[in-house]
Amino acid sequence: MTTQGVKYYQVGSRAVGNRLLDPALRTEQASLERSNSLNSGHRACQGCGEALAARYVVDAAMRATNGRLVAVNATGCLEVFSTPYPESSWQLPWLHSLFANASSVATGVAAALKATGQDDVRVLAQGGDGGTVDIGMACLSGMFERNDDVLYVCYDNEAYMNTGVQRSGATPPAARTATTQAIGLEPGNPFGTGKDMPRIAMAHEIPYVATATVSELHDLEAKVERAMSMHGARYLHVLVPCPLGWGSAPADTVLLARLAQRSGLFPLYEAEHGEVTSSVPIRGQVPVEEYLRPQKRYAHLFGDPPRTDILSRLQTIADRNIARYGLLPEEA
Amino acid sequence: MRRQIEGSRAIAETVARCRPQVVPAYPITPQTHIVEGLGAMVKAGTLAPCEYITVESEFGAMSAAIGASAAGARTYTATASQGLLYMAEALFNASGLGLPIVMTVANRAIGAPINIWNDHSDSMSQRDCGWVQLYAEDNQTAVGLHVLAFRLAEELSVPVMVCVDGFVLTHAFEPIEVPDQESVDAYLPPYRARQVLDPDEPVTIGAMVGPEAFTEVRYLAHHQLEQAIEHFPRLADEYAALTGGSLAAVSTYRVDGARTVVLALGSVSGTIKDAVDEIDEPVGVVTLTLYRPFPVDELRTVLTAAEHVIVLERAFAPGAGGVVSADVRTALAGRQTRVSTVVAGLGGRAVTKASIQAMLADAAANRLPELSFLDLRTDIVEEELARRDSAHRTGPHSQGVLRIAGVPGSRIG
Ligand SMILES: Cc1ncc(C[n+]2csc(CCOP(=O)(O)OP(=O)(O)O)c2C)c(N)n1
Ligand code: SF4
Ligand SMILES: [Mg+2]
Repeated sequence: MTTQGVKYYQVGSRAVGNRLLDPALRTEQASLERSNSLNSGHRACQGCGEALAARYVVDAAMRATNGRLVAVNATGCLEVFSTPYPESSWQLPWLHSLFANASSVATGVAAALKATGQDDVRVLAQGGDGGTVDIGMACLSGMFERNDDVLYVCYDNEAYMNTGVQRSGATPPAARTATTQAIGLEPGNPFGTGKDMPRIAMAHEIPYVATATVSELHDLEAKVERAMSMHGARYLHVLVPCPLGWGSAPADTVLLARLAQRSGLFPLYEAEHGEVTSSVPIRGQVPVEEYLRPQKRYAHLFGDPPRTDILSRLQTIADRNIARYGLLPEEA
Repeated sequence: MRRQIEGSRAIAETVARCRPQVVPAYPITPQTHIVEGLGAMVKAGTLAPCEYITVESEFGAMSAAIGASAAGARTYTATASQGLLYMAEALFNASGLGLPIVMTVANRAIGAPINIWNDHSDSMSQRDCGWVQLYAEDNQTAVGLHVLAFRLAEELSVPVMVCVDGFVLTHAFEPIEVPDQESVDAYLPPYRARQVLDPDEPVTIGAMVGPEAFTEVRYLAHHQLEQAIEHFPRLADEYAALTGGSLAAVSTYRVDGARTVVLALGSVSGTIKDAVDEIDEPVGVVTLTLYRPFPVDELRTVLTAAEHVIVLERAFAPGAGGVVSADVRTALAGRQTRVSTVVAGLGGRAVTKASIQAMLADAAANRLPELSFLDLRTDIVEEELARRDSAHRTGPHSQGVLRIAGVPGSRIG
């Protein structure tokens, strides 16, 4: 994107509004030509970050591929809310097989397209964090390792939402879930557990790995576009707030995504062939507390007295991310 | 032209002539030679266009097969035993989605105790997964069944499993004729999918279906699968016309005038035929090639005169008894026919002519119980059970049995 002489900030958010941009620089989502591949009328909860992210991702991928796209979906909220028979929200060829196998199914689709000479058709696989980092890990690692020509997108709402908010390997420390209750000395999900899937993906040295979230729409679309400009195995990990599972207001979904990024708890970066190539600097850093407080899954940290010990451990995680990805270059 | 080749090689060459476009492969004994053969052909360019994918598991193999088939490619894979169970969830999915995948199962036992040798526990455990199941009696039949399987699968949009006895067939070198490319091409037109992931005509495949339509969707799957009973004879006739190879859903041997009939699946039926040839009393043999869908009418016809049907099974349902026998009993409901289950050849134990003849002698003398285990060493079982009763921490059964049986190595340590 070209640099602009003037910085326009929306009130409080420091985000540039689409309407202030030159039409050529606006997002696909703001375009009348967007494919609306995940059409309205689906049954996601109000304020669902996953539905929002999927719209952005699929429409951006559709634009990047001129509509020559096939999607494969893992079981999970996205699949359930978009397809209850006889209604489908999908406006592109779409296949759901099982919970753990979206990556392998996508591998098969890509192989079939190649064998049948349909080289222009591209493949997108998508799943939740549980379907990706836990049960789908073996298949996904295989897809990475073989460098199959698939973009895999993980919509990370940090728990098994579709089954009622149980802990996954992507649930952050201290978060309350139905299987990590906010009781006992170490309430919520234990520290020292969980896995960092983008870094695991990077360890496969695949062509492209990136993280994104729903507050940074231009960034998210640009990453999808970048991914679709490449071939081989690509991985996009999108943080998607879930009002139901996080205990947050539906209207706060984008705000929470922004606070996750600005606290450093969710770093935004890109990596190619195992090396980080860019990161999105934090503008207007916030303490983790500001991100955590609006979420009921962390309510136990803000009782009387507050668990400042746990808050400081979470701040340490954010600070480590900031240092690792260079998220706070000298303030301009 | 008949050549002296390994069963697995013949299957691999046959599958290659069926021109699969995607082959996801994961190794497991005794299936390995088949997928190794196909991999080499793809690498050499003699099987092209074909994508050969070395997946990370059988679950991945069947999942990739699902994706490939849904995207419109003719898709093949092979597995056995633990591998078949590892793909169980995806097997039901493939049939539920109506994807015409063809898979060889090189039949092998299931652990624990781990055992690489032949029986039918693997495919029998998946008999209700919605796939057509064909069982090959010999390697020549296996070859023909594979060609027919692709045609059947694609005509009906159902997946087909071709079950071939591990080692006994997969590793046997014998004269086998692989049909030539022209015949296979004439028999098997290029795959035209009934449903396909196509950007020009987008469809949603695998949507969630609730109580309002689930029964209907499942009924249709049952209906579709049952069509195989009607299609099989026509496809077999066409195959015979082109290649001279004979295939039958149910075949009979010396059943005329036989009051006792032994029914079996797979390679053991050859031994049974040899065994009945040598005894005085007329005993017929029925070989079941098509097991799912279950050819009830045809079985009722061929078993019309039978007074005693002995189902010789290479697997069993623990706590219940026979697997195939249950189907046979249902098929013969309303008749006086006696049905006995003989469980034989588990985990590769040889089923000998002598054992079969002894069993038939018992049957003739009215000594064959409803459920029996051929060649079961009751002495070992009783000793082990006594040992088990003698103390609490008696350790694993398999170790106890090996100790009693005196197998070399069992006493080490
Ligand atoms: C093999 C298998 N195990 C468990 C389930 C139950 N299940 C369905 S969706 C789901 C949770 C999905 O969580 P995630 O992948 O994080 O997606 P989300 O719903 O949170 O978007 C689970 C556990 C299943 N469908 N299949
Ligand atoms: S539970 Fe969460 S992820 Fe699922 S539809 Fe509701 S908001 Fe979206
Ligand atoms: Mg989730």
